[in-house]
Amino acid sequence: MTPYTKEISMFAAGRGRLVAVGAVVVGAAIALSGCASGDPLDEGSSSGETLIVGSQGYYSNEIIAEIYSQALEDGGYTIERNYQIGQREVYLPQLEDGKIDVFPEYIGGLDQALNSDAAGGTKEEVYADVEKVLPEGLTLLDTAEASDQDSWTVTEAFATKYKLTDIASLKNVTEPITVGGNAELETRPYGPTALKDKYGITIAGFKAVQDSGGPLTVKALVDNEIQLANIYTADPNIQTNKLVALDDPDGLFFPQNVVPVVSDKVDDKAKEILNAVNAKLTSSDLVGLNSESVNDKKSSEAIATAWLKKVGLVK
Amino acid sequence: MNLFIDGLLWIFDPAHYGGTNGINTRTLEHLGISGAVLLIAIVIAVPLGYLIGHTGRGRGFIIALSGGVRALPTLGLIAVLGLSIGIGLDAPLIALVILAIPSVLAGAYSGFEAVDRRTIDAARAMGMTEWQIVRRVEIPLGLPLLIGGVRSAALQVIATATLADYIGGGGLGHYIFAGQQTGDYPQMLAGSILVVALALISEGLFGLLQRLVVPAGVSAGRPRNVRERSVRASAAVGS
Repeated sequence: MTPYTKEISMFAAGRGRLVAVGAVVVGAAIALSGCASGDPLDEGSSSGETLIVGSQGYYSNEIIAEIYSQALEDGGYTIERNYQIGQREVYLPQLEDGKIDVFPEYIGGLDQALNSDAAGGTKEEVYADVEKVLPEGLTLLDTAEASDQDSWTVTEAFATKYKLTDIASLKNVTEPITVGGNAELETRPYGPTALKDKYGITIAGFKAVQDSGGPLTVKALVDNEIQLANIYTADPNIQTNKLVALDDPDGLFFPQNVVPVVSDKVDDKAKEILNAVNAKLTSSDLVGLNSESVNDKKSSEAIATAWLKKVGLVK
Repeated sequence: MNLFIDGLLWIFDPAHYGGTNGINTRTLEHLGISGAVLLIAIVIAVPLGYLIGHTGRGRGFIIALSGGVRALPTLGLIAVLGLSIGIGLDAPLIALVILAIPSVLAGAYSGFEAVDRRTIDAARAMGMTEWQIVRRVEIPLGLPLLIGGVRSAALQVIATATLADYIGGGGLGHYIFAGQQTGDYPQMLAGSILVVALALISEGLFGLLQRLVVPAGVSAGRPRNVRERSVRASAAVGS
């Protein structure tokens, strides 16, 4: 700025403020008129309120949340996405406070979080138990066939060698079995002690691999450093690495079917939309969705859109 | 404060001793890992540091390299190494050695560099060979600083060796992982307290060692600064 222009700008300063005020007024007017004309496509919304959809800090859960969001948006609702809210201890209080309206949950995990005496059992039994302990203001919708639960998993080669099908058949194994997983696994009610007490299966050792059944656990299993690991059944690694999740006919693990938990702000029409989504969501679908994220590195948004189109819920 | 007491009670509970998860076993594992890492780091870094310190060559490069390596997150390194060489002790050992080397290296070459050039010149003038200068002058005089480097490496390694149990390496980290995952915070705190205790013991021992290794002739006269203020001041006075 030369001295000359500086002089002019000083002279103009008083007027400049006036211009600025004018600009704000005009801008506000434009913004307001924008509001008044509104969103012409918004008429379909039956509640007019924004629904907040949340998800756990777990990629697979976020995909399901995104499917719910897009299905609701297609039904005319306005959605606010609040994903990756960590673990149950963090988001459950927020759900109870009504800060989140729709949350994809897993039936067994929810039961264990709400009821410290949860006894497990079939999907229906656990569902009934959750309904009893669910805080007021929250509603459980229909469960999906899809579930993402803990499992005792072995390699295909190990399963063929000892003819393993379900957990009890681990008794056929003649070599020492080393279990690998998070440190917590050692003390879980389905852990090595339960295998011994319930099925008489002796576990030779425990190796900590603290990535919750992630790539390190899978590698340890494939390398035969451990023979038995706890891996989520919807993990696409089970398919890609030729692993076998042993059947659990006695319900050692809690059933973890996907189930939406919703607040009172969710009306009947929205509930129908979510139930329709859950009716279509199968376990193999869930593995496929997870695989698109893990193996193809697609965004949850793209995965959700493609799936909703594929099953015909959104055109 | 209550939690802290719970943590201490956890440590003194006799049920937590013996077996693979016993405090005695896990503490020995932790010491074993830390000791092995320090030994390997010393074997690699001390000769290299002495070479740099004596010749003065490659100093800039090594400082930049070891500084950069220091910034590597150890947990990430363990996970990446684990994916290529499998679970167990190997990956944490390598990752911790990488963590320990920069401190030991710095202790080694700065020990040599801190030796007064006039002392070395005097040794050379007396007819000492290069090898004799290294052995009789530079190594003894540089020892306190080298021990200092090993001391800070030991502190880092003892604290970070808690990560070894991330992939089945054992050690006191087991209590921290298990406690965190099951919400058993007294156990988690107990693990941390034990690690802190080990670190403090190591600090104490190395501090003592650092004093003991100062050569007798030096501890009497020198250490603080070779060229104290007096040189110029006395020149001005003209004495």
